[in-house]
Amino acid sequence: MKIFKLILTGLVLSLSLSVSAISGSHGPLKVGFVYVGPINDGGWTQAHDKGRLELEKALGNKIETVYVENVAEGPDSERVMTQMALSGVDLIFTTSFGYMDPTLNVAAKFPKVKFEHATGYKTSENMSNYGARFYEGRAIEGHIAGKMTKTNIIGYIASVPIPEVVRGINSAYIHAKKVNPKVEFKIIWIFSWMDPAKEADAAKTLMEQGADVILQHTDSTAPLAAMQASGKAIGFGQASDMLEYSPSPRVTSIIDDWAPYYIERAQAVIDGTWKSHAVWGGISTGMVGIGEITSAVPADVKAEALALKADISSGAYHPFTGPLKKQDGSNWLAAGEVADDGTLAGMTFYVEGIKGDVPN
Amino acid sequence: MDFSVLSPTALVASLMVAATPIMLAAIGELVVEKAGVLNLGVEGMMIVGAVLGFITAIETGSAWLGLLGAIIGGILISLIFAILTQLLLANQVASGLALTLFGLGLSSMVGNSYTGMKPPGFNSIEIPLLNDIPFIGAAILNHDPVVYIGLLMVTAVYYFLNKTNKGLILKAVGENHNAAHALGYKVIRIRITAILFGGACAGLGGAYISLVRVPQWTEGMTAGAGWIALAIVVFASWKPYRLILGAYLFGGVTIMQLNLQALGVDIGIAYLSMAPYLVTIIVLVLISANHARSSSNAPGSLGQIFHTSQ
Repeated sequence: MKIFKLILTGLVLSLSLSVSAISGSHGPLKVGFVYVGPINDGGWTQAHDKGRLELEKALGNKIETVYVENVAEGPDSERVMTQMALSGVDLIFTTSFGYMDPTLNVAAKFPKVKFEHATGYKTSENMSNYGARFYEGRAIEGHIAGKMTKTNIIGYIASVPIPEVVRGINSAYIHAKKVNPKVEFKIIWIFSWMDPAKEADAAKTLMEQGADVILQHTDSTAPLAAMQASGKAIGFGQASDMLEYSPSPRVTSIIDDWAPYYIERAQAVIDGTWKSHAVWGGISTGMVGIGEITSAVPADVKAEALALKADISSGAYHPFTGPLKKQDGSNWLAAGEVADDGTLAGMTFYVEGIKGDVPN
Repeated sequence: MDFSVLSPTALVASLMVAATPIMLAAIGELVVEKAGVLNLGVEGMMIVGAVLGFITAIETGSAWLGLLGAIIGGILISLIFAILTQLLLANQVASGLALTLFGLGLSSMVGNSYTGMKPPGFNSIEIPLLNDIPFIGAAILNHDPVVYIGLLMVTAVYYFLNKTNKGLILKAVGENHNAAHALGYKVIRIRITAILFGGACAGLGGAYISLVRVPQWTEGMTAGAGWIALAIVVFASWKPYRLILGAYLFGGVTIMQLNLQALGVDIGIAYLSMAPYLVTIIVLVLISANHARSSSNAPGSLGQIFHTSQ
């Protein structure tokens, strides 16, 4: 009797297992997202979550999405990804630079799950890397900043010293300097993607030291709130439009539009055509959007900025075109030479004219 | 390097603002610890104060009512800690840590629909003649009222702990709860009151961040200020006036660090950021090395569970 019971339980168990396995492969595609901040940060994570919601809208009941917010970069994220993969998620987007190695590790453990890591540079058999050429937007911001500053001091709230941030600083500086040779950049690193109190303090400090245009590479709207309160500087929306601070201090913005990419990749998994790749979208592909330029910017400056945008989009102009020198005075790009993606991806040096060092 | 762009007036003014939230939270925690209770949930109480203060201010349109909402929020969440540790005799360290995690989660849930809004503000105090005094007028006498509430609070706590009968009883409870109990003092009741006071102060400090310093609501916006407040209490070796020094030191280092960066000074930013914590550790080492002094500073029954049967 006991043996019979045991066999019966075993039978039922294996049956239910196989049933769930079948239903798993035929159900909707499960897409997971790992976020570094809260989904309503008003910036970076909110932009990714907007992409997730549009993905849901576009593919309807063919997919199902899950997300985990406020995941610390490092070992914590590895745990979250493993959990997602174990719970049957088929496609996982990890949306912060610091998730790169954790994603690589987890991807190796789950060869059937597809991974997509944002803003890094490593790929594997089942791990793609996608990123956006935000430096194209920084060029436009730099141009406006150079034209708009009266004190010739431009503040920059930098987040974490990785190539993407350094690239943004260089691109903004090159284009501000081009239209205003007297500009000086004051850069504050806060070593965090989001710390509203510190971001606000940094913005105030920059204004106290004379900056009347401030660029930010951090995720919250705190710097814009500080600029609005004092009325001493203008700034730009970062990652999300931050339209609530327009027409001033927010005069335009860099908007990340991830939706088309998320839809394309989820569809590829459904169609069975997904392959690991490395993609860098820009203004031309719509991954980088430029928010409305407000009335706080004079018409001629606005026209120049839009022309610059059009040239970058068409490929007629690359923001890193020589002659350019590195900070130490050594030659980087000869006249007319354009930076290759490899150098840009690993950029850890300032261009000539920027003061200070990139922190380690 | 051009140090002339560094305006001492602006530096002192922003230092006072940066120090206010941690000073408020720390003075509350100092009273709690003086009563013999270690509440590690300061961060959680601050963030709850930040979100409730923000919501109240938005809904009522008054920043003052916002502060009141934050105080009530801080009291309510610290009540959980009080019940757990004083009535149910739970471990204080674990309960405090749990309170922080709970506060962070609760605040992000409650505050979800309030992100991106702009709260009503305070006017800085305008004193006709005093504000015209060079330097002092602009740097010290031209702030929002909460900055002065913080300083007044420290003075009041100093007076309470050292000059009033009730204050001495509170310290007695913290030094030796069995002796205080034997003398007929209500140990549990006094400790609960102290915990609630600590909650109110932490809530007020949190609201200062979301209503004045940033001013907006974002998840996790206190970003470790509660832990700094805990460190300051130790740094001040449980003395109210040293606490002002500690808060200004921590606040000052934050502001100096940003200013030096903007100036392009090539110093290790990381070293400067960790300086106050290093000082705290050194103070701790000095206190514990000198045992006679340590017993006169750290409350004797700090962190110990009290029950009348003992």
